[in-house]
Amino acid sequence: MEQKKYWQSFGELNNSEAFQKGAQDEFKEDLPFENFDAQSLDAKTPRRDFLKYVGFSTAAAAVAASCEMPVKKAIPFVNRPADVVPGVANYYATTYLSGGDAIPVLAKVRDGRPIKIEGNELSTWTKGGTTAQVQASVLDLYDTARLRFPMADGKEVSTFEAFDKMVGTALSGLGGAPVVLLTSTVNSPSGKQVISEFLAKYPGSRHVQYDAISYSGLLLANEASYGQRAIPSYQFDKAKVIVNLGADFLGTWLNPVEFQRGYTQGRKVDPANPAMSKHYQFESMMSMTGANADERFTHRPSETGVVAAALLSAVNGQSVTGINGDKLRKGIEKAAKDLVANKGNALVVSGSNDVSVQIIVNAINEAVGANGTTINWGVTHRNKAGIDAEMATLVNDMNNGSIGAVILYDVNPAYDYFDAEKFKSGLKKVRVSVSLNEKMDETTELCKYVLPANHYLESWGDAEHKSGYISLVQPTIAPLFKTRQWQETLLKWSGNTASYMDYHKNFWTSKLGSEDTFLKALQDGVIEPTTPAAGSASYNGGAVAAASAAVGAGGTAKRAGYELVIYQKAGLADGRHANNPWLQEMPDPITRATWDNYVMMSPHLGKELFKIDLKNNTQSDKYEAFPEKPVVKLKVGNKEVEMPVLLIPGMQNETMAIAVGYGRSEKVGKAAANVGKNAYQFASSNGTTVIFHANANVEATGTTYKIATTQTHSSYEGRHEVVKEMTLAEYIKNPKKVLEARAKELEPWGGLENYAKDGTIYPVFDKPGIKWGMSIDMNACYGCGACVVACTAENNVSVVGKSEVLRAHDMHWLRIDRYFAGDAYDPESIQTVFQPMLCQHCDNAPCENVCPVAATNHSSEGLNQMTYNRCIGTRYCANNCPYKVRRFNWADYTGADSFKNNQDEANDVILMMNDDLTRMVLNPDVTVRSRGVIEKCSFCVQRLQEGKLKAKKEDRPLVDSDARTACQQACAADAIVFGNVNNSQSAVSKTRHDNMNRLFYSLEQIHVLPNVNYLAKVRNTDVVSAHVEHQEPGHESHQQAPKEPAAH
Amino acid sequence: MIDYRRIAKRLVISILLLTVVCFDQQIFAQDGKALFQQNCASCHAVHKDLTGPKLAGIEERVPDKKLLHDWIRNNQAVLKSGNKYFNDLYQQYNKAAMNLFPNLTDAEIDAILAYVKVQEANVPGAKGNPKTDQDAKATSSDNTLLFGILTLILAIIVFTLLQVNANLKRLSDEKEGVPAYEPVPFWRNKAYIALVAVILFVIGGYYTIQGAIGLGRSKDYQPEQPIYYSHKVHAGTNQINCLYCHGGAQEGRHANIPSLNTCMNCHMAITSYSGEDLYREDGTKVDGTAEIQKIYKHTGWDPDQQKYANEPKPVEWVKIHNLPDHVYFSHAQHVNAGRVACQTCHGEIQNMNEVYQFSDLSMGWCINCHRETKVKFTENKFYSIYEKFHNEIKNGTLDSVTVEKIGGTECQKCHY
Repeated sequence: MEQKKYWQSFGELNNSEAFQKGAQDEFKEDLPFENFDAQSLDAKTPRRDFLKYVGFSTAAAAVAASCEMPVKKAIPFVNRPADVVPGVANYYATTYLSGGDAIPVLAKVRDGRPIKIEGNELSTWTKGGTTAQVQASVLDLYDTARLRFPMADGKEVSTFEAFDKMVGTALSGLGGAPVVLLTSTVNSPSGKQVISEFLAKYPGSRHVQYDAISYSGLLLANEASYGQRAIPSYQFDKAKVIVNLGADFLGTWLNPVEFQRGYTQGRKVDPANPAMSKHYQFESMMSMTGANADERFTHRPSETGVVAAALLSAVNGQSVTGINGDKLRKGIEKAAKDLVANKGNALVVSGSNDVSVQIIVNAINEAVGANGTTINWGVTHRNKAGIDAEMATLVNDMNNGSIGAVILYDVNPAYDYFDAEKFKSGLKKVRVSVSLNEKMDETTELCKYVLPANHYLESWGDAEHKSGYISLVQPTIAPLFKTRQWQETLLKWSGNTASYMDYHKNFWTSKLGSEDTFLKALQDGVIEPTTPAAGSASYNGGAVAAASAAVGAGGTAKRAGYELVIYQKAGLADGRHANNPWLQEMPDPITRATWDNYVMMSPHLGKELFKIDLKNNTQSDKYEAFPEKPVVKLKVGNKEVEMPVLLIPGMQNETMAIAVGYGRSEKVGKAAANVGKNAYQFASSNGTTVIFHANANVEATGTTYKIATTQTHSSYEGRHEVVKEMTLAEYIKNPKKVLEARAKELEPWGGLENYAKDGTIYPVFDKPGIKWGMSIDMNACYGCGACVVACTAENNVSVVGKSEVLRAHDMHWLRIDRYFAGDAYDPESIQTVFQPMLCQHCDNAPCENVCPVAATNHSSEGLNQMTYNRCIGTRYCANNCPYKVRRFNWADYTGADSFKNNQDEANDVILMMNDDLTRMVLNPDVTVRSRGVIEKCSFCVQRLQEGKLKAKKEDRPLVDSDARTACQQACAADAIVFGNVNNSQSAVSKTRHDNMNRLFYSLEQIHVLPNVNYLAKVRNTDVVSAHVEHQEPGHESHQQAPKEPAAH
Repeated sequence: MIDYRRIAKRLVISILLLTVVCFDQQIFAQDGKALFQQNCASCHAVHKDLTGPKLAGIEERVPDKKLLHDWIRNNQAVLKSGNKYFNDLYQQYNKAAMNLFPNLTDAEIDAILAYVKVQEANVPGAKGNPKTDQDAKATSSDNTLLFGILTLILAIIVFTLLQVNANLKRLSDEKEGVPAYEPVPFWRNKAYIALVAVILFVIGGYYTIQGAIGLGRSKDYQPEQPIYYSHKVHAGTNQINCLYCHGGAQEGRHANIPSLNTCMNCHMAITSYSGEDLYREDGTKVDGTAEIQKIYKHTGWDPDQQKYANEPKPVEWVKIHNLPDHVYFSHAQHVNAGRVACQTCHGEIQNMNEVYQFSDLSMGWCINCHRETKVKFTENKFYSIYEKFHNEIKNGTLDSVTVEKIGGTECQKCHY
């Protein structure tokens, strides 16, 4: 274990000069005192004059300030609504809606403004879990780029009535030409009824559902194998062996909230009965899910079908043929063996949109007994229903001129359709085009009529993400602009005069039996079956042979040229929320890059193209130490694009990957504009479905482009044991491995028992009542970033924009460190660790000792307190923090100052976040920091205070549910446990007690006594990657470490 | 002589007895007062018809004690039972429904009635006890004045004596033939000038620093409000519980200025002001009835039609207590959990016509109180987790727990 080397950057791996320099400097740039010494005496304003001016202006300001105390007004309600107490937040159950996805949530409404989204714990399939997008969605409500009124031909239409009349006339003048309703997947029961009423009004019209990231392949394959065009539930909790063919199910695929929750069941190690699921990943790029796999094998994207077919034959006991590469073949054989051995507890999923691949996967699942066990056909997913062929037909019809009108809602094919040009030319031939989208996106721009829809927080509605699991939507704020929700619009246009609110109420009242049950359901937010349905589907393997032939199974694939994969990032996903600065600034889990997309490629390919050898100090520094990254010219068919490159270990050697969701038009908003390039253009159709990979040519251009990554921003100055891990076998053999290592290390300073007291000359202070503590299970952290965005939303963490991230001025209180271990040139050897890093609230905090004004100090509850109004900005604390979690406000990012000049360097995004509209999202319980102060994680102290007060008001001791941090609440995998450590019955105490063997403190040896502990990662592998890249000079290797050849 | 003694003895005994009886009633009435203010005062007064009838003489009007108790607890049931007196009363008061108080026990209702009875004797207009605290205030300010005058007199005496001494010395010197210097007048005497300079510097410095510290503070701030709302009339004379209007103080951060519908609960019935004359700070007389009319203007209430006929318009009150943005202050913490009386921070609000800022709301003032105030350590079960302190109290090593002791002076209790 001592030999394992983790690295965040190649510089750290090589211990290069740039890395050493960076480790010494907390702040990357010199202070802006140019020629300070030389000029200070001969300056126009000598020091004495300066002091005179300062004295005078201070006095003048004081006089001026004392003369004019501003008169503030307090304006109470005329008639206060019964439930609203100003200053007290209300929570309303509603549902996050985005392109078919429907996550039950609670909206925290403070004084009439929704300011935070929490998961709804009454939902049995999310149990309160969320994703980064869900957390960030509240900011979309206050997006300055939202459309504010209905428009016709680009001009404002004053009233809805006038607009309805215009569209009504246009639609009735079509002369029988069909009207097409083009939407994202609609799973709203009442919405579907509205649509059918609308379609009935216009005979010959039809409803087409279109998903930018299509699941057609899966839907059609299931139709072929099971006779149902549906997607079943995948029960990762029941799976002991998971084989994943490139589906990013922990990040973006289908239903990550539920999958994370289920997957975690198999990943958390029960100390009493240590067992774990085994996760095999076969993929081409380095995905977030792949990074969490136990064993990971890479193949070219075009080989997915061959790999699936080989796995099928291996599962069926036949030999594996047609596979290039020993490792991959052995991997397939091993996975197949495990699958068969765990029949009935095995699950195979694939992210491919190729029908044949999915048919083969169905055959494998059938062979390993997944149908009815780990795959539940009793409950199906209803969040993705778009069929690519229907869309293709529509686009053809539009180009033929046979479509009279098209009404679009929540779709943007002019941006995200693989053949966007064809769609655009078709749209021009449609006589009446109406967009009900919220923003002026690429498609809406081309439409004649625009009637913006409400944000989900302003809407009524319902959704059925999974069959039988209904969640209701209720407005939490009146529409901010002159917008109208799409259901209401369609009702009006189909001649129904009822408002959708009444329609919705009647619909559910009649379904549920009474108004009371409806109101109860509205309050709960979810309607769920009392006993979850379970079932299997009858299988028909007739299509397998044809599918195997179609993917070219058996034949040896040709391996030439490069290939490209198009993927979704955990933050931005399909690009629907591209104008959300919180998501744009959230570092990607793998690349740690913000505000851009780029070409991910393997270090191997990088060496080939740019002659950058990452094992060479000078070359790796040249690539890594500066934000300028080499740019390549990428050609797919006749499409060409120039993009920067990031070299990512774990990428298949000949494969590149580009994220979708970037390259938006300027009208989508300031945050989305001029960020990255559109990758959807590289998708193609195989005749049935859209395929998200392609053959590509690539060449270096010799130019560079700046990418803002946070990867190298915080380093631990060469200190070791920030993370700890072991294999499951090791853990079972000696559960006390980590504990013993800790005991040995601490032995000279009193051992585990007395380390706190004996390891220091400072006195030990007791914490008489509450002592807050957090425990983070590294087995349950997958790097998705939901906690990062939740923290941003809860604590008014500023967005700084790309230009500031480039200068290492990012402000996140909570970051997820990504470590690689293994050989950068061998993708299979790469092992990844994610570690959420936040203020550790050290009881012996180094930051507190160095503050000259005591702006940071310790509370009797164990909190490392930060007092903004006392801070004078010396940044000594940040320099002295071993975890690098303190952030300095280099500029006035949130408009908190009264001095305009503090925003001189503000970029567009900062100004956007400073808009009065956007500032409505700020949490009034948390100070908005001004320029020149340090800030950091507070353990959500506002929530702790509120929780304590709640307990006091109710005259009872504090319980766990009173005080929960935002990150803890957002996590779908329950990786974070928080509470009062002094209470032996609290969850955090129990977690620490039960997992004593896995517990460790990051950098425990420096005696800072953190209040955050981690539980060591356990991998279900045979070896924890033993590859030692580099022995650091000065760091004595223990015992007889194998001597390495002096290669570099 | 013997007669005298006997009379005196009887007198003493009867006085003692009377005191005991009065005291007994006093204790009872003390509880009753709190209950009355909590439950009744928003609609009833003792001597005046408000939203509901005056309560003086209630036990004479309803001699059946059980009926009265039933009525107070659940008036709707009594009305339904067809009681004539109460049904008439209900009609008389425009069918304004009385709140239900199912939780009041017999003893509590009796306490309220006892309090009403005691109050009956205090007829308004006949001034009650003179305000003792004002006297105290006066004496305390008198003291300062006294000390000031004393100091001045002593200073003059010292000065005079010094002069006399100097003169005597000069005279004796003259007598003895010691050559005299030209006398230096004291205003040119360097010692005096230096002394005066030092004194001025100290005094000037003191006031400069005090002024600088006071920047942004606004103790005694008493702006003119859009409606002349007298806390004295409401909380003082009519004894309406503070929380009836400022209910937010129980629940959250802000005490909240009540919304106008709260005002209308009473002022739908109370349309004019007929109490003591009210005067503004500048001495002008307040037309109370006109001020009540302002509520109608803002709510859109038409008293003639008895309905909300006009467009409502919220009142823009001037905020008096302004804390800096970086301070988190929660009323609920202090009022609900800490059981701190409103007057502790807001002063004798029940005696203020126009509210002024009583405390300077400075951090020193906050911290001071946190250092001295004792938390409800044994009463509130939240504090049961502080086992160490509970043990120390048991051992007698600790007598009480202050806010500071449980971390109430730490930065992040108020700044986050």
